[in-house]
Amino acid sequence: MTHNTGPVLHAKGISKFFPGTIALDDVELRLESGEVHALLGENGAGKSTLIKCLTGAYQRDGGTIRLDGQEVAPHSTAESQKLGIGTVYQEVNLLPNLTVAENLYLGRQPMRWGLVARRKMNAMARESLAGYGLDIDPAEPLTTYSVAIQQVVAVARAVEMSGKVLILDEPTASLDRDEVQLLFSVIRQLRERGLAVVFITHFLDQVFEISDRATILRNGRVVGTRVLADVTQKDVVTLMLGRQLEAQVHERKAAAAGGTLIEVEGLGKRGMLEPISLALREGEVVGLAGLLGSGRTETANLIFGAVQADQGRILLRGKEISVSNPREAVSHRFALCPEDRKTEGIVGDLSVRDNIILARQAAQGWMRPIPRAEVNEIAERYVKALDIRLASLDMPIRLLSGGNQQKALLARWLATNPDFLILDEPTRGIDVGAHAEIVALIEQLRADGMALLVASSELEELVAYSTRVVVLRDRRAVRELSGDLITPQNIVHAITEDDALPGEVA
Amino acid sequence: MIRSTHLPLLVTLATFILAYALCVYAYPSMLSTRVVANLLTDNAFLGIAAVGMTFVILSGGIDLSIGSVIAFTGVFLAVILRDTSVHPLIAFMLVLTITTAFGAAMGGLIHYLEMPPFIVTLAGMFLARGAAYVLSTESVPITHEFYDVLQGLYWKAPSGGRFRLIGGVMVLTFLVGVLVAHRTRFGQNVYALGGGGQTAKLMGSPIASTTVGIYAISGGLAGLAGIVFSLYTSAGYSLATVGVELDAIAAVVIGGTLLTGGYGYVAGTFFGILIMGLIQTYIVFDGTLSSWWTKIVIGGLLFAFIVLQKGLTWATQARRRAATGFADPS
Repeated sequence: MTHNTGPVLHAKGISKFFPGTIALDDVELRLESGEVHALLGENGAGKSTLIKCLTGAYQRDGGTIRLDGQEVAPHSTAESQKLGIGTVYQEVNLLPNLTVAENLYLGRQPMRWGLVARRKMNAMARESLAGYGLDIDPAEPLTTYSVAIQQVVAVARAVEMSGKVLILDEPTASLDRDEVQLLFSVIRQLRERGLAVVFITHFLDQVFEISDRATILRNGRVVGTRVLADVTQKDVVTLMLGRQLEAQVHERKAAAAGGTLIEVEGLGKRGMLEPISLALREGEVVGLAGLLGSGRTETANLIFGAVQADQGRILLRGKEISVSNPREAVSHRFALCPEDRKTEGIVGDLSVRDNIILARQAAQGWMRPIPRAEVNEIAERYVKALDIRLASLDMPIRLLSGGNQQKALLARWLATNPDFLILDEPTRGIDVGAHAEIVALIEQLRADGMALLVASSELEELVAYSTRVVVLRDRRAVRELSGDLITPQNIVHAITEDDALPGEVA
Repeated sequence: MIRSTHLPLLVTLATFILAYALCVYAYPSMLSTRVVANLLTDNAFLGIAAVGMTFVILSGGIDLSIGSVIAFTGVFLAVILRDTSVHPLIAFMLVLTITTAFGAAMGGLIHYLEMPPFIVTLAGMFLARGAAYVLSTESVPITHEFYDVLQGLYWKAPSGGRFRLIGGVMVLTFLVGVLVAHRTRFGQNVYALGGGGQTAKLMGSPIASTTVGIYAISGGLAGLAGIVFSLYTSAGYSLATVGVELDAIAAVVIGGTLLTGGYGYVAGTFFGILIMGLIQTYIVFDGTLSSWWTKIVIGGLLFAFIVLQKGLTWATQARRRAATGFADPS
């Protein structure tokens, strides 16, 4: 690679305004060739907006972008690809109905006599992917392969199309540990080749593992660019949040729990979850721990009636109740905040206000509309209480950042005044600040006497707020931990060790 | 190598072979080149229109205007040949230009105004039908020696079947359609659009020109189907071919193309057309059945294919879950 003296890409003074908000304010980003540059910031800090301005998905309102010293102004993603800026998104942006090779070469297929040379295309795809350590049949449909492999195909496409700057927007969010390593080895190869790689993620460990430098955004401004070898995670988090994170020491409050609220007895469904029994008292947070696929989500869905159980029963304050569908669950003052907020939670095109009021209105029945003034009052109260950041209650919820969507979803269920709240991965895909707020909120709700069941893959988080933790493995409850026994180590033991008592294994 | 994405096509093919075998079992005389030749001739206009519809449906759209466009083309040709001395070939060029431009305009509206294809082409359906009425409300016969020449062109198979020009035009249209769909960049872009418009856009696929092109093709092929229909009936009538768009959609779906777009084959539509024609032929051979039985059997077949497609979608998703190792896609 020839090393120019200047940066590969230099964006300067980038500004972007949306109605009511300044999304980017005089932002500068310098990318050198052969570096992995992390772009960090809370949700809503402006990372995505900056990326969209660089790739031409948005038109910037001010500033200049220089690529190899030449000023550029891409008007579409296609144009920025031609200029040399390629992007890979969190949700693999490839077409599931096409083959791997067709995806790789869409728009630049090798031609012969005016027709697409499919055999040549497949051979080229196989060779190209072999360069990334993948030996797969490119004539198979894309969906034959795992998300990680699809992600690598997306990277290969972006690199071949552009070849100067590669932007990875949350590429690891849906990958497991081994798959992340596969992707990282690909990123390292690209760095060797002299590409500038922009890496966006919420996982700070991954940032420090792979990145050379980081630019940190807060509220649409750059608060600093750091060489990561010189700083600690804490420094970076401090820059992101603009305040020292409060010491992460959680004094477990005495379980000032009230009477037993819910008893689940032998609830299960064949092929989905082995019968599970647990009891919750008012003012108690029970955590559900376990690996992906261990039955956390299934437990939550069975108790809420989203999936009908084929055995077992549920008792509410000692009386057996029927919960065969979510409507019944809601009528018993249950609430469930689902894991996948995009597909199961938010209604993207409805306003934030309508999204918040949805469950409350549904519980009351459509024949009795909640008065407008009350709707506004409720929505405003929760927006304030949960610190949901928005320009107006009327904006469509899909325009909010992930963390704020999650909080709005939580507000929806809190608005129904539930006695029993089930949260499934309440902190997935949201940033550090919103994360801490949601943890604090769970603590608050518990103190107010609500019973909560929280499924989460983040052990530290579970340890922070749970009064008891039920550990699941292979769709079965294997251990219940309470009091001082709730530590990340003990949970990990319960997940991994068959019968070892906590503390037995070093 | 057989891949799961080929399955609907194979099912269609198997259905056709099975149906033909049943027909021949009942009426051995159906196994003749005469029946095959008539199948091609009688369904020529529908087949040509269905090729265009395949592209539209592959892209995730729908075109409700083609029946009206066929009728308009017929009336337009009949009127222009009756009232002027323009040569039919020039009239053909003229009408193909009009219908292609009409389709392109609908495509442009769909893309630039972000309107659902259903509404836009519904409007197009009324417009084209209305335009046909304006030209003439009565059936206008076409009498022109060039038409007689074209209608007289056929190749007679040794065993007696007459393969006429219009059947050949349909087969040629299908061959070109297959080539365009699978071996050109435009065809790949059609599939990309059907797989996900937003994703295709992010991948740099030219959405605008593809959408306009798709509906232009559909309009143009509806025009060609209209020409073929006028050759077939020697007349132009504004009330003709009502509901042909729905027959075309049925043929496309029976041919294994997913109505939601992205999956399917032009060749499948060919067999979809043949299956539908075969049912009709069987009823003619039987002689006692009401011709409405055609509709009932086609309705049943449509249901069967929709269920099959749903099943395949489920199977694919189950396999995807197995491949990624997640209990649920999250």
